[in-house]
Amino acid sequence: MIEVVSPGPYATVQDLGRPGYGHLGVPRSGAADAPSLRLANRLVGNPESAAGIETTFGGVALRFAAGAWIALAGAPCAVEAAGRPVGMCAPFWMPEGGELRVGLPYEGLRTYLAVRGGIGVDPVLGSRSTDSLSGLGPPPLRAGMVLPLGGAEPAAPIAVDVAAQRAFPRCPTVGVVPGPRDDWFTPQALTALYGGPYEIATESNRVGVRLRGPVLGRAREGELPSEGMALGAIQVPPGGQPIVFLADHPPTGGYPVIGVVQSGDVPMVAQLRPGDHLRFRKVRT
Amino acid sequence: MTGDLGVTGPRTTPGRAAGTGTAIRPAGEHALLVETGSLEVAHRLDALLRSDRPAGVEEIVPGPETVLVVAPGADRSGLEALLSSLLRTASAPAMSPASPAKDAGGATAAGGTVEIPVVYDGEDLRSVADLSGLAVDEVVARHAASEFVVGWLGFAPGFAYLAGLDPALHVPRLDVPRTSVPAGSVAIAGPYSAVYPSASPGGWRLLGRTDLRVWDVRADPPALLPPGTRVRFTP
Repeated sequence: MIEVVSPGPYATVQDLGRPGYGHLGVPRSGAADAPSLRLANRLVGNPESAAGIETTFGGVALRFAAGAWIALAGAPCAVEAAGRPVGMCAPFWMPEGGELRVGLPYEGLRTYLAVRGGIGVDPVLGSRSTDSLSGLGPPPLRAGMVLPLGGAEPAAPIAVDVAAQRAFPRCPTVGVVPGPRDDWFTPQALTALYGGPYEIATESNRVGVRLRGPVLGRAREGELPSEGMALGAIQVPPGGQPIVFLADHPPTGGYPVIGVVQSGDVPMVAQLRPGDHLRFRKVRT
Repeated sequence: MTGDLGVTGPRTTPGRAAGTGTAIRPAGEHALLVETGSLEVAHRLDALLRSDRPAGVEEIVPGPETVLVVAPGADRSGLEALLSSLLRTASAPAMSPASPAKDAGGATAAGGTVEIPVVYDGEDLRSVADLSGLAVDEVVARHAASEFVVGWLGFAPGFAYLAGLDPALHVPRLDVPRTSVPAGSVAIAGPYSAVYPSASPGGWRLLGRTDLRVWDVRADPPALLPPGTRVRFTP
């Protein structure tokens, strides 16, 4: 098992979430940057769907009661294992009783820690993820909390020493599929959306990334009946400042969605920090 | 998958099937938003999709006038053609000859009737009576006489928007939401009623409470009131 010495600013247990319950009001949840969790899991021989820990701005300290294979991926941080510096995207052995210290990320926002065998908290609706919107799943990490290990399927051999670290651009250009409600907005709004740039606001979280930039004006009055929301949806509240929905987004919403971020670019958006920027680029499906 | 490609318009300017007020719109690379024009058609389409789930479909999320279909693994144009075909079936009046034309939202084959026992002692009975110009007894009687159908779920896991509330009881939400509403609270707001599935903040007006659990993560399915279920409240 793992004892949480310090959770840092915000850390949760995450796997690939609980898709399939949207019609019952349940957010999909799961790792905000799923490819990084998958990579960390592969590096320790876990199934990609095993539960790991998602840190926000690093800062986590964990004590391991038993020895364990560990890998970190996502936002790169200085990491110490039992007093020894270790690298990102590379499996390493944590000795019994050792403490893992994750520093602040050099770039990016969310770092993923996978342990061989997975984090074994009780699943809820088929997932061990903390859903910050609905409260399903385990509570966020706090000092003194104990996390059981296990729960993942039998692991494969550890076969890779180090994987390439992906880039974490501070002003990426993100692909957007227009619609389903782009016709609710003025032509100027559509031009402004693809002009940008937008700044990431501090109120951003696992539910959504709040943006500040050109106001997106509506072409029509009235309210949209509530409708299903997709991951990456760019929802525009009446103030005209868009929100990009991340893993814990509500399954239905009542503000029009001007476009949806391409699925491959959602993890990049999830790694942006408050004060970073992004630009949108229109793509066709 | 089969279907009539000709019915569906271009993806960026939604195609409208003549006379039906329906369309299929893109919602990113992996999802399509089907406009059904009504809750009744949304429920029928939802039921058709659930009874024979197309390959690759991960989520089917009905709303008051839409169904969102999330299908990361599906062939997109094939799915769009299939949805177009199913939408025409769901829109055809012959789809449910047994249900009255004016029913609250078209409960589907999947939805039975759930009776919810209520103790009508809610904190907002008085304010609802004042807003509606009815006596408290009459508020209770009209709520219990309303024939509800679960429209869709949202706001919180298991929170079902129940359509079919007696129009005399259509009252606005509280100006200042409560910071915590107990699980099992039976409430109304606008044209809807609901049972709070778990304790949460909430701005709906409380009429009473029930011991019936409408949400249990250990149950399968976890929600007692999926879309299309008919609901009656019994004092």
